[in-house]
Amino acid sequence: MPDIQTVSGNRGLAIEEKLIFEQSSPGRIGVDLPEPPPVDLDRLGGLARKSPIGLPDLSEPQMVRHYTRLSQKNYGIDTGFYPLGSCTMKHNPRLSEKVARLPGLTDLHPFQPQSTVQGALEVIDTLAFWLKGLTGMPAIAMSPAAGAHGEWCGLMAIRACHEDRGQGHRRRVLVPESAHGTNPASAAMCGFTVDPVPATADGRVDVAALKAKLGDDVACIMVTNPNTCGLFETDILEIAGATHAAGAFFYCDGANYNAIVGRVKIADLGVDCMHINLHKTFSTPHGGGGPGAGPTVLSAELAPYAPLPFVVHDGDGLRLVEHAEQQAGAKPFGRVKGYHGQFGVFIRALAYILSMGADGMRQASTDAVLNANYLLAGLKDVLTASFDGPCMHECLFDDRFLKDTGVTTLDFAKMLIDEGFHPMTMYFPLVVHGALLMEPTETESRETLDGFIAVVRALAAKAKAGAADEFKAAPRLTPRRRLDETLAARTPVLRWKAGSNGAG
Amino acid sequence: MRYLPHTDADRRAMLAAIGVRDVDQLFVDVPAAARQSASFALPAGQGEMAVERAFTRMAGRNLSAGCAPFFIGAGLYRHHVPAAVDQLLSRGEFLTAYTPYQPEVSQGTLQYLFEFQTQAALLTGMEVANASMYDGATACAEAAVMAARVTRRRRILLSGGLHPHYRDTTGTVVRYTELDAEALAPDPLGVEDLIGRVDSRTACVVVQYPDFFGSIRDLRPLADACHAEGALLVVAVAEPVALGLIESPGAMGADIVVAEGQSLGMGLQFGGPGLGLFATRDKFVRQMPGRIVGQTLDQDGRRGFVLTLSTREQHIRREKATSNICTNSGLCALAFTMHLTLLGETGLGRLAALNHALAVRLEGKLRAIGGLKVLPGAYFNEFAVALPGGRDAAELVETLAARGILAGVPASRFYPGWPELRSVLLLAATETCSEADMDALVSALTEVL
Amino acid sequence: MSDMRFTKDHEWIKVEGDTGTVGITDYAQHALGDLVFVELPEPGRGLKQGDECAVVESVKAASEVYAPASGSVLKANDALTGQPGLVNESPEAQAWFFTIALSDPAELSALMDRAAYDEYVKGLE
Repeated sequence: MPDIQTVSGNRGLAIEEKLIFEQSSPGRIGVDLPEPPPVDLDRLGGLARKSPIGLPDLSEPQMVRHYTRLSQKNYGIDTGFYPLGSCTMKHNPRLSEKVARLPGLTDLHPFQPQSTVQGALEVIDTLAFWLKGLTGMPAIAMSPAAGAHGEWCGLMAIRACHEDRGQGHRRRVLVPESAHGTNPASAAMCGFTVDPVPATADGRVDVAALKAKLGDDVACIMVTNPNTCGLFETDILEIAGATHAAGAFFYCDGANYNAIVGRVKIADLGVDCMHINLHKTFSTPHGGGGPGAGPTVLSAELAPYAPLPFVVHDGDGLRLVEHAEQQAGAKPFGRVKGYHGQFGVFIRALAYILSMGADGMRQASTDAVLNANYLLAGLKDVLTASFDGPCMHECLFDDRFLKDTGVTTLDFAKMLIDEGFHPMTMYFPLVVHGALLMEPTETESRETLDGFIAVVRALAAKAKAGAADEFKAAPRLTPRRRLDETLAARTPVLRWKAGSNGAG
Repeated sequence: MRYLPHTDADRRAMLAAIGVRDVDQLFVDVPAAARQSASFALPAGQGEMAVERAFTRMAGRNLSAGCAPFFIGAGLYRHHVPAAVDQLLSRGEFLTAYTPYQPEVSQGTLQYLFEFQTQAALLTGMEVANASMYDGATACAEAAVMAARVTRRRRILLSGGLHPHYRDTTGTVVRYTELDAEALAPDPLGVEDLIGRVDSRTACVVVQYPDFFGSIRDLRPLADACHAEGALLVVAVAEPVALGLIESPGAMGADIVVAEGQSLGMGLQFGGPGLGLFATRDKFVRQMPGRIVGQTLDQDGRRGFVLTLSTREQHIRREKATSNICTNSGLCALAFTMHLTLLGETGLGRLAALNHALAVRLEGKLRAIGGLKVLPGAYFNEFAVALPGGRDAAELVETLAARGILAGVPASRFYPGWPELRSVLLLAATETCSEADMDALVSALTEVL
Repeated sequence: MSDMRFTKDHEWIKVEGDTGTVGITDYAQHALGDLVFVELPEPGRGLKQGDECAVVESVKAASEVYAPASGSVLKANDALTGQPGLVNESPEAQAWFFTIALSDPAELSALMDRAAYDEYVKGLE
């Protein structure tokens, strides 16, 4: 196939698509709007725009074709197996999309009188009820917009609580080396300093090292559990106990909550707060990189510091508290974003939750762990597993199996693309060399997993047989082959400009 | 369960392949106490029909904007979203993809983000834009922090015309940092003196355009004053449709422009998710937070797109990153860019003119109500009025809601501690407002005032 | 090249009189891969030995460069700003980062000479 040259550069269904800016014909339009009634422009205070903006003009059929063709250059969960570790690429139910488009839920303004949006407040409150019930935690901050935003929210509540108790000198945060990069970045935003905690040889937090670092200046620890190596922190209760004894809080990064939802209550692990990625555990679409949502559950101690706004029960109805003085006992640390949270994401998460129920979610986390262990069992004799099983919802390999083959983790991932799979997460976590982190999720069938295992085994054999050149040339069957990231960074072209057509 | 493919026979076979007797053996690392105590008094799963019914019931408890004469703005605006936008947004290849970590199979996402960045830069009058932030308020906070990074100064000055949610979000973000955010009092009359407050310690001044009360004013004198002191001017835009008609912040000297993109493509959605636009000058690009897409060439010399300048970000810089942001608002950026592609230069200009004309018409009709005062100032599609006799605007809005009219937002909802704002009401008019809607509002107001 | 000294963080410093010229080693550029951005200290800045004084970035990594000796920055090599790839091509000659007026030349004795550094690098592989 790569050898066939066409006149147009298109290849059957793989059609080249220009930028919208290269398809414009000034005066074309993709919407019909009435002529505005004539008015004096004196109400604009002399600020009428003097020169054109430079936006392209397209018709509706052009626009529809443009985005259809672009969509065909993407790989999604709907396309195929997407074992991107730590990202939880599970099936996105279409019922969630349907109910999120009910006009009575979507065509609402956040500043309508509260009497006219009781149903919307009920959506928020019902989702909060479920998230508290599943985690066993007494309180929740619903408004954070994503996981990292929820981390920051939890840390702000911790900081506010310490300040309130005269413990404002507690500024050090202990973060395991295997943590996601957002953990230290969020801590820095709260004025904390980050103190890394090493891992043990079995991929878990070094409890002795952690205990040695605890002290009167520690605000909290941040532990991802299950951790980024796909392992449950076996010493979690000891870690929580030592942390609390030192007067610090336990922040749990809930990115991997999907491994245990419905089986384990977070409150039983001694956690003081944890964010929940609704776009992972509760299956709202990832949308090419957002929007997500990161509601953060809080212990009773941290609850008063939850940010504005929040929903409370008030007589027969629900009330949205938008100012601290509207609720007795509230000491909110502030506001984390505009309006009332990621409402459109809430609807989808709640639709998933009501569909699954507590029993369905228990089965989902069980099957997620089953699938990851099945992958591990099917691959561990040909790849090099970084840690012994059992794993939780994802399994981690490193690049020892590629030693002396001339093939890197990156090359291996690119070969998988030609085989019709989305690659696993590469080079994360940083605690092993050349990481390959695979998260199959519970929505993949045994046949899909068997197909993937067979391909990975064959590719591993091929790499060991000395086919490095073939790996280096992959992918060959994609709309674009490997892209020059060095060129992109050395000479940044970050927008289209008239006359800068680019190659191709 | 319809989302889970395994049969019990599958599960048994897989457990055998793994070499364990039952699935509990896979959870042995969980402390026994936590495994055994978990009991969930929560309902079981339901079929599609039952779930849909539950949501239809909740939807029925709301008065949706489309069912009422509607004049609410205050940072979020109700615009008609063309049908093609949502149809295309629902394509699984957009909806169910993730961050384009593998560019060879993500050129769709990367190309529309490159187009989005270009549109955002053009609209704001800036040189470069990122691939989006969570929303306008968080983008505003990030801009203030970035200005402090660029200028190595600590003082952030927030205009009283800045949206109270943007003000509070920014204040919260800097609360436990070395930075100091100074918020001026709410300024419905546009009388605050920002220029006089800019000094050599000031990192930036943050203003909104059009401001929270709807007013627009020339930002050039303020930009000049900022630059004379070595400070940056940050401009927040809550209604990007306005930029189809009025001068861009970039043309008036802004150094960073942030915006809420919800107006285009997304609908109201009770305020979330939003879409943060973030644009600046080329020289500040390495201080900019968030993901950025850049153009490059593939191995065969064909144009393609990749995520670039990633060393600013948390996954590489960790605690030294420009921001902790990871997931942003990709799908919302797609909705925005699709709507703007349908509008184009011609359509956006016409849409903006229509909005402004309808707001002017609404103002004219309201002026006929005795004692009601339209607050002075130029505006785009929103303005503030003071009710006659110091009437409480919040009460009035409730009264009108009971009659099926969503009449605007009382300023007291944002400024409960400011009794002088009790009678101030914010009203917006967009292309979704009909003549009949305006007449219904005016006649209801005439009756109750 | 006997007047070149090396740090464990892979900076080199070449001393002529009271002036040092600073860069990163061939080992460092190789470990980083293609460099895409270099941030240099402004002339006049005072540095203590071990201070963060520059940043080098490849596509996937950012690293701090630490001052091998104390002193005041004299001149930065502006050629690197437009041409970061020079660090890959000529790390220990053309791609010097900055020159520095040494305030405490005695500090240099704690640094490695070429032979010791080569041995140190061998131990890392």
